[in-house]
Amino acid sequence: MDLEDQGRIKAKVEEVGQGDVVVILGSPSVEAAEMYAETVTSGDPTYAGPLTGIALRLPVYYISEPEIKEQIPREVYRDQVEMMEMVLPSEEIGARVKAVREKLNSP
Amino acid sequence: MNLTGKKVIVLGERDGVQGTALGECVKAAGGSVVLNINQCFV
Repeated sequence: MDLEDQGRIKAKVEEVGQGDVVVILGSPSVEAAEMYAETVTSGDPTYAGPLTGIALRLPVYYISEPEIKEQIPREVYRDQVEMMEMVLPSEEIGARVKAVREKLNSP
Repeated sequence: MNLTGKKVIVLGERDGVQGTALGECVKAAGGSVVLNINQCFV
């Protein structure tokens, strides 16, 4: 993830607190989604940016995961996401993000 | 995870689902977007 963006995320979480913060991803690939998910949970995996060594432990989801999708009004989802969901490996991306999330919750 | 009342950071990407689209979805689901980042690799 872009170093500047890592800094923006860090600053925002410091500003609003970790309590009710959730991260939603729209990444086009499994690898990118996994890297972003790891960055906002256990810290920058590349050890290059402001989130290196900082485990924000934020709950992170891919937009097409059923748990998120079902909360979005059908017409809004259709207009904003559905076409990309069809062309991207959405199920695989969602599964990988879920795996990162579950790793966070395991003892 | 119920998005209602949550403070949501959206991380969109130009070649995937864009930040603006993610933001529309979050707002429609009752969450508030506190940070909208759109990655763009060219």
